[in-house]
Amino acid sequence: MPILETIGLEKRFGGVTAAHGVSLAIEKGARHALIGPNGAGKTTLINLLTGVLKPTAGSIMLDGRDITALAPYQRVRLGMARTFQINQLFSDLTPLETIGLAVSERVGLGSDWWRLVGSRPAVTDEIVEIVERFRLTDVMHERTAILPYGKQRLLEIALAFACRPHVLLLDEPAAGVPDAERHELLATIAALPEDVTVLLIEHDMDLVFSFADRISVLVNGGLLVEGAPEDVARDPRVKAVYLGEELDA
Amino acid sequence: MLTILFDGLAYGMLLFVLACGLSVTLGLMNFINLAHGAFAMAGGYCTVILVNRLGVPFALGLPIAFLVTAALGALLERTLYVHVYRRSHLDQVLFTIGLVFMSVAAVDYVMGSSQQFVLIPEALQGHFIVFGIGMSKYRLLIILICGLLTVALQLIIGKTRFGSRLRAAVDDQRVARGLGINVGAVFAITFAFGSGLAGLGGALGAEILGLDPTFPLKYLIYFLIVVTVGGTSSIIGPFVASILLGIADVAGKYYAPKLGAFVIYTIMIAVLIWRPQGLFARSAAR
Amino acid sequence: MSAMIPPTDGVAAFLARRARWSPLEIAFWVFAFATIWLFPGKHLILTETAILALFALSLDLILGYAGIISLGQAAFFGLAGYVSGLVAKYGIVDEPVVALVLSGLVAAALGFVTSFLVLRGSDLTRLMVTLGVALMLGELANRYSNITGGADGLQGVTIAPIFGVFRFDMFGHTGYVYCLIVLFVCFVVVRRIVYSPFGLSLRSLKGNTLRASAIGIPVNRRLVAVYTVSAGIAGIAGALLTQTTAFCSLDVFSLERSADLLLVLIIGGTGYLYGGLIGAVIYKFLQDWIASLTPQYWQFWIGLVLVAIVLIGRERVDGWVAAVRAALAGLGGRLVTRSAALGG
Repeated sequence: MPILETIGLEKRFGGVTAAHGVSLAIEKGARHALIGPNGAGKTTLINLLTGVLKPTAGSIMLDGRDITALAPYQRVRLGMARTFQINQLFSDLTPLETIGLAVSERVGLGSDWWRLVGSRPAVTDEIVEIVERFRLTDVMHERTAILPYGKQRLLEIALAFACRPHVLLLDEPAAGVPDAERHELLATIAALPEDVTVLLIEHDMDLVFSFADRISVLVNGGLLVEGAPEDVARDPRVKAVYLGEELDA
Repeated sequence: MLTILFDGLAYGMLLFVLACGLSVTLGLMNFINLAHGAFAMAGGYCTVILVNRLGVPFALGLPIAFLVTAALGALLERTLYVHVYRRSHLDQVLFTIGLVFMSVAAVDYVMGSSQQFVLIPEALQGHFIVFGIGMSKYRLLIILICGLLTVALQLIIGKTRFGSRLRAAVDDQRVARGLGINVGAVFAITFAFGSGLAGLGGALGAEILGLDPTFPLKYLIYFLIVVTVGGTSSIIGPFVASILLGIADVAGKYYAPKLGAFVIYTIMIAVLIWRPQGLFARSAAR
Repeated sequence: MSAMIPPTDGVAAFLARRARWSPLEIAFWVFAFATIWLFPGKHLILTETAILALFALSLDLILGYAGIISLGQAAFFGLAGYVSGLVAKYGIVDEPVVALVLSGLVAAALGFVTSFLVLRGSDLTRLMVTLGVALMLGELANRYSNITGGADGLQGVTIAPIFGVFRFDMFGHTGYVYCLIVLFVCFVVVRRIVYSPFGLSLRSLKGNTLRASAIGIPVNRRLVAVYTVSAGIAGIAGALLTQTTAFCSLDVFSLERSADLLLVLIIGGTGYLYGGLIGAVIYKFLQDWIASLTPQYWQFWIGLVLVAIVLIGRERVDGWVAAVRAALAGLGGRLVTRSAALGG
């Protein structure tokens, strides 16, 4: 059974149809990439999956459970987390606090108003482990706002990871990251645990082809092609879509 | 009952004239001017001084109040307000509350704290009885003047070049600037005009609303209700909101005196729950 | 601001040390309680200061930590003020401490009920709605003057001795000790909240509610919770005012009261708990000084200060506040220094 499935997902904004008939099935442990030209509706799809947007039609199943009506925070608690294309971080908190927040929330301490942050060793250990895994140890006490962009991007992913999701949705993780810091980022993504299913939106084809075991192509809100990377790369329709774009650009 | 409707209509139209400047300012520059009521107060006191103490005829006192207040608005806008446009809403609130406090205290100092009455000419005192409805002459005048002003406003905004520049600037400031519209000038003129209107409303309304140094604070909530309920992207919105508010307030005070003003607060909260952007606002979030 | 810890320290130790009471904090409270004996003739104004400090603390909790802009804390302050006065006047609850808790709970209930109003909408909507609720209550109190005394205020209130033993005296000695203790207790609770995981989640709400919900935080529930708590604390402050003065009048609901509160927090700074306390002291000092110069037109000078602060720029004022705090921190204190700017 696929761990994440959408059935006929549709989203209309007034006269604009941002997504129509999107049916996606992602297996557990998959490394699935979603590509497509700008404006194809990729981020809309992620917003639909995470509950930021409500679909006009269709349903979303997470591990066999219908989550279409659930609020974003409820989906996180069921094991789905995402990153944002443009960093959405807490500028006044430090990476330590940021990750600590996600971990505390996950283990159910979020509404605890009496105990002090850091008083539970197991929690603190986990926070430190995640900080180290994402190479943020040297900046963990700095305010997020003053971190270099590459570190912020790492924090962005670390934060989603701290929710220990079964399904991780990465929205253009490499976007805007300077070349010098890309390597660190890509290595971190490649090192994600195997039992975490990853859905990756990306424009960077090197990353896509080195990372993904399956690719879906989204064009104008609809799924054009889906398959193994080699097949997608050779598919004439995909070439037409991308080459057509390049000729116009 | 129809008298109440009539009174409510007069009250509502007065509220509209008073509040429309605030609405346009908010819609245009996203600027919360809680000191708007202070301009109304200025207009009221200006008329009191002119008519009561200097013997200027009432009919002349009104337009002078408008001009004086508009000039005051223009002056303050260029010297003080312009520094605060880009600030957060909280800053704007604090700034304008500070201005209100200063103006209230200043007026108290200069004019004393007792309520002032404008000497209305003989011709406007008393009332007509038309179809069994008692219509106070003064309120009739208010309805006439405010009605004319509303129509004039609609015409200016709809039919003149300035109006179209204003509408463009309200819709999207950056694009308007890109089109070569001098948004700063548009705003200065609009602010001055809106303040002038407030002043005129204050002068007209002194009789009905009561004029004393606490006026800006007392009526602040009414202006805010008009703006919140009516939205800031049209003239019609605040107009309808004002009329509704005026009638609801007068009727409420008459039929259920204990709950009088309570009614309008409830309406405001109910509207805000239902539509946080106001009844008539565009659905696009601001 | 980066912490100056030796690299070998564990993270847990860092967090624990941060939450510990710093020497400066302890000194602050020791001095605060010492004022009971240091300034015996000033207890009346010190009581007002303590009440204002508690009131400001309630606003700091929602404004400085959760980012909710409110002009309506006076609603809770006033409601509890009247409740505590009425239960004393009609002998419903004699024991002041019980009445205090009861009034606080009533205020918290109002906070809970109105909290959904601040969940949606922009900053402007929040300002409007909170102000509207406060003015509405003021209007209600005015209308039902047969109960509340209307414009004359609540008359005939007598407060029984605390625990049957400590009588409220004319010089405000009992009152001041009472207020100071209540302030301290509430402060300890709020401090605990702020350093807890819950408090951390509040700060995330202030920063980015979208991301907060994306990491599993039930944003609305947290906002409702903190708003309710804040309302309760504001209510306790209001009840203290009534109990120490045996009087309550309509101005507890006024816009002036809410505006003064904002000013207190601006002077003192938000987001580090002591802003409200320090701001209250400075404000009261200012008020006392200016009132001795021009007793009637205090409002004018307050307005001028507000205008001046905004024109100078709150960030610059924040900067001065932060600089002073940094200097004090260098003396060995370690206040929570996340001085995030207000609004945004």
